[in-house]
Amino acid sequence: MTGGVNSFQVSGYGPERSGWTRLLARDSVARRLDWPILLSAMALSLLGTLLVYSATRNRTELNQGDQYFFLIRHLLNTGIGLALMAGTIWLGHRGLRTAVPVLYGFSLLLILLVLTPLGSTINGAHSWIKLPGGFSLQPSEFVKVTIILGMAMLLAARVDAGDRQYPDHRTVLQALGLAAVPMLIVMLMPDLGSVMVMVIIVLGVLLASGASNRWVFGLLGAGTLGAVTVWQIGVLDEYQINRFAAFANPELDPAGVGYNTNQARIAIGSGGLTGSGLFHGSQTTGQFVPEQQTDFVFTVAGEELGFVGGGLIILLLGVVLWRACRIARETTDLYGTVVAAGIVAWFAFQTFENVGMTLGIMPVTGLPLPFVSYGGSSMFAVWIAVGLLQSIRVQRPMSA
Amino acid sequence: MTNIPETGRNPRVQIRLVVIQVLVLSLLLTLGGRLWYLQIREGAAYAKEASGNHVQQVVQPAVRGSILDARGVALADNETRLVVSASRTDLLKMPDDGKDVLTKLAGVLGMTPKEVQEKVRLCDAKTPQPCWNGSPYQPIPITDEATPKQALQIRERAEDFPGITAEPEAVRRYPSPGKANTAQVLGYLSPVTDEEIKKAQNTNSPYLRSDQVGRSGLERQYDKQLRGKAGVTRYEVDNLGRVIGQAEADPAQPGDNLVTSIDARVQRIAEYQLNEAMKEARRQHDRNTGTNYKADSGAVVVMEAKTGRVVAMASNPNYDPNAWVGGISAKDYARLTGKSSNYPLLNRAIQGQSAPGSIFKVIPTAAAINAGYSFDGPYQCSSSYSLGGQVFKNFESKGYGPISLGRALEVSCDTVFYRLSHEEWKKDGGGKPKKHPNDWFYKTAHQFGLGKETGIDLPNEVTGRVPDRKWKLDYWKANKDAWCRTGKRNGSYAEKIAYENCLEGNRMRAGDSVNYSIGQGDTLVTPIQMATIYSAISNGGTLYNPSVGKAVISADGRTVTPIKPRSHGKLPMTRQTRDRIDEALEGVATRGTAAWRFGGWPQDKIPMHAKTGTAEVYGKQTTSWFATYTKDYSIVMTISQGGTGSGASGPAVRNIYNALYGVSEDGDIDAKKALLPTPEKTLPKVKTDGTIASPKVPKDPAKDQQAKKKDPNAPADPLQPATSAPPSPENRDTRRRRRRRGSRRLPT
Repeated sequence: MTGGVNSFQVSGYGPERSGWTRLLARDSVARRLDWPILLSAMALSLLGTLLVYSATRNRTELNQGDQYFFLIRHLLNTGIGLALMAGTIWLGHRGLRTAVPVLYGFSLLLILLVLTPLGSTINGAHSWIKLPGGFSLQPSEFVKVTIILGMAMLLAARVDAGDRQYPDHRTVLQALGLAAVPMLIVMLMPDLGSVMVMVIIVLGVLLASGASNRWVFGLLGAGTLGAVTVWQIGVLDEYQINRFAAFANPELDPAGVGYNTNQARIAIGSGGLTGSGLFHGSQTTGQFVPEQQTDFVFTVAGEELGFVGGGLIILLLGVVLWRACRIARETTDLYGTVVAAGIVAWFAFQTFENVGMTLGIMPVTGLPLPFVSYGGSSMFAVWIAVGLLQSIRVQRPMSA
Repeated sequence: MTNIPETGRNPRVQIRLVVIQVLVLSLLLTLGGRLWYLQIREGAAYAKEASGNHVQQVVQPAVRGSILDARGVALADNETRLVVSASRTDLLKMPDDGKDVLTKLAGVLGMTPKEVQEKVRLCDAKTPQPCWNGSPYQPIPITDEATPKQALQIRERAEDFPGITAEPEAVRRYPSPGKANTAQVLGYLSPVTDEEIKKAQNTNSPYLRSDQVGRSGLERQYDKQLRGKAGVTRYEVDNLGRVIGQAEADPAQPGDNLVTSIDARVQRIAEYQLNEAMKEARRQHDRNTGTNYKADSGAVVVMEAKTGRVVAMASNPNYDPNAWVGGISAKDYARLTGKSSNYPLLNRAIQGQSAPGSIFKVIPTAAAINAGYSFDGPYQCSSSYSLGGQVFKNFESKGYGPISLGRALEVSCDTVFYRLSHEEWKKDGGGKPKKHPNDWFYKTAHQFGLGKETGIDLPNEVTGRVPDRKWKLDYWKANKDAWCRTGKRNGSYAEKIAYENCLEGNRMRAGDSVNYSIGQGDTLVTPIQMATIYSAISNGGTLYNPSVGKAVISADGRTVTPIKPRSHGKLPMTRQTRDRIDEALEGVATRGTAAWRFGGWPQDKIPMHAKTGTAEVYGKQTTSWFATYTKDYSIVMTISQGGTGSGASGPAVRNIYNALYGVSEDGDIDAKKALLPTPEKTLPKVKTDGTIASPKVPKDPAKDQQAKKKDPNAPADPLQPATSAPPSPENRDTRRRRRRRGSRRLPT
């Protein structure tokens, strides 16, 4: 073991112990990891692999003739995600605290790059950077992480230092400013779904930081006002308005804008209790649901695995969120609490929005389902978030 | 233990974290609840919608069976035509509603873009023809006469013609072999109506939207057998309509073939001779009206005397049954059904009724015997018969002195029958009828099958009428108001009649029964009824239900269901009476009223029997009737406003017999030239591959017969077998949805 490993051994004294002993020791990293989160996230990723495979094995125009194309890549993404989680644990959320300005600056640079000719448009959103080798990057996913880290750093700095009990107005203002810059850029892409997630993250972070109620309610009011203004002055693209209209009235033009939601609901509804069986869904096999491997991946579960499978996904995500809430509550420093709470807000809203739109209770936006949807950037970001949660748990003092 | 202050655990933060946790939990519960609602509560409805989504039906219409003549010659079959159709649903998905595609299509088909546009528009109150009045989801046929080259152009450049298909389809065809038209007997097809679809929905033979249904004639009578059963294949398809699996397949069952007793050659000759006779009649001057005969309609029936099977049945005026194929045009429809059309759709052999005149006399003859009169008599054949102040004249006012009933038939002496009928009327109580009158003359007519349908296997046969006491009463009840309003004691002839009818039209008057005895007055018969009666006299007394259908043979020839002749009774006469009448009718042909038409007939080899009739109809010219039979056939012909029985119809009937037996004008019988010296006994063979072996029919047997008259050494008809194959069953009705949704992506 190198010194680096020692750096996150909180109780780093005592005699040198063998590897196994250290792994199984009460204070070892392995023992202190939050296994329910890790196992649930793993289960979701692997279930996602099957669902993505089911959705894409027939889509020859997407999988370039290789039915395992998406299966292999999803597994690969999961593997990289696990590695990123391990790296994050190794660095530790506190260790990263010093690097936050650099990370934040780097993520800003990436999303600015999207606006340059390097960026590319996929499905109406100009939010991608094409990388050599057929890969592409969606920097807004990483911005979610850096916003959480950046805001938490600012808000918790003076509280954790013991100067104040709650963040003061100036700090809150700074933190909001820090979040607003990337959010504005993402809005320009335009990637409304990500902006919505970021708004919720900001709310969650503020709430957990102990900032004054005035800020929380003020922000809620401002958010509502902003949404109405955006709607009224027509900043939104037509497709975005149509989606909301289709949400309000799903029977509206079932062949046009309402098509996605209609087909998604038919797919899920036809699943019944146990579904048609993996790879046997007619809606999935017949490719009636667009974007089924990414944003509408939940419909595969709904159709082929039924209420049992869909319920399992919600349950597993529930386990992740529940444990994350516990981590937020049990950690001792505000920085850790705020980071965990930001992640909870992120995962919770993204899950609710993604599953909710397939069930027809939320308007359609292009947001992936954490761990399950196909997509590298999203997968990496959520696993980094899991790494942060694990780090917060690992580094908190033993409750004994 | 730690150098880190527990800043994360201050109470406000803890409370807010609990709030967050509760919020998260409620969001997840919302999702779970909604999932339960969609999948468990509404699951069945969505499952149904999903199956409607991904299952597409491909309907293969069954090929309609052919209608064959007795030797297997197709009177109605199908031909494969290349049909170019446009799918409206696909066209409407295009930004310009498919205008561009239709314009390109018009170029390929050599039509104007306007013509094509008009074909695909939907009919409504404001849209004049041409327009499409079928289902908007059904491919709309633009032309059924595409050349293979045009079809190839459309198919090879499918990407240029989205929504356009060019496929071979079976289309009904009435080939008129040997120019035999047979229109009214065959009938016609027209598209199925919504009502019929609904009605047949849950039966074992439901209709398809694209189905054609038999509307008259054999096409209607045997519609069920001819139609077959459409095949339905259910495919699972993806969002682009690509087939990803087959759910169910129900192959199409082609319709059965109907073999009829019609002989196309005899049919042609019957039609030709009827038409010639009517043309000739129109050249004849009618002394009574001072104009030429109108000969506005006519019919002829050639029947197998021993079975009641119809060998030929012609009705004039006629029409081209192919006018109905592919949808009848408004102009054609008006020509066939309009007021000035003279109603060519009517089959006058079964739907035309008129007073029979003297061919009726076999009935009062039998009635007199049944009433107790002797055949030999003698009965006084005076030139006229007085009744009250009225004088009933013999035809052409000729007297023959005391004669037998047989001789009365031969010379068609009216006064003999007047007297007998009047006597019976008096016996029944005269003006004050008994409670249970014998009514021999009327009862016998009913026993001969008059006043009701013969039961022929053709739809909408009419009954004719026996003007008996019951009918008189009913008729009077229905009309007395009008009669009493218009009738005048000293008015015109019509007004006087109305006046009399108003007073005593409910009663059988002496004059009525006298008129009735010679087939005049209110008596109405159809040609098919008279053919049935004369066939029965020929065959010894069995009244057969006339039939056109002889057998139903499955498309592969494996199942043959013969249609057996059925009888609806016996003639009410003894064998002896029948023989005497038979003898008398032979006398008609040899020395009586029809003798001049059968000069040189080989009577010793083919005994001919005949009865002429000339019926008078008030306000019209006389109806010509001619009823004849040999031991195998009976032929009845009638021409409305055509003149006398033997005069107008005689030569035509003689010519039909000549053709049947191969008799030349001078009486020689040439067996080789005989078309059908004995009725066809065997059924044509349908091979397992659906082909039918049938002899070749000469181009026009009627013309050949005319030619033979001039050239007695003309060779006999070559009997080369020809084969007619059914069309290929490739006419699929693929209602595929071509969605463009595959390219739709979800913006993120």
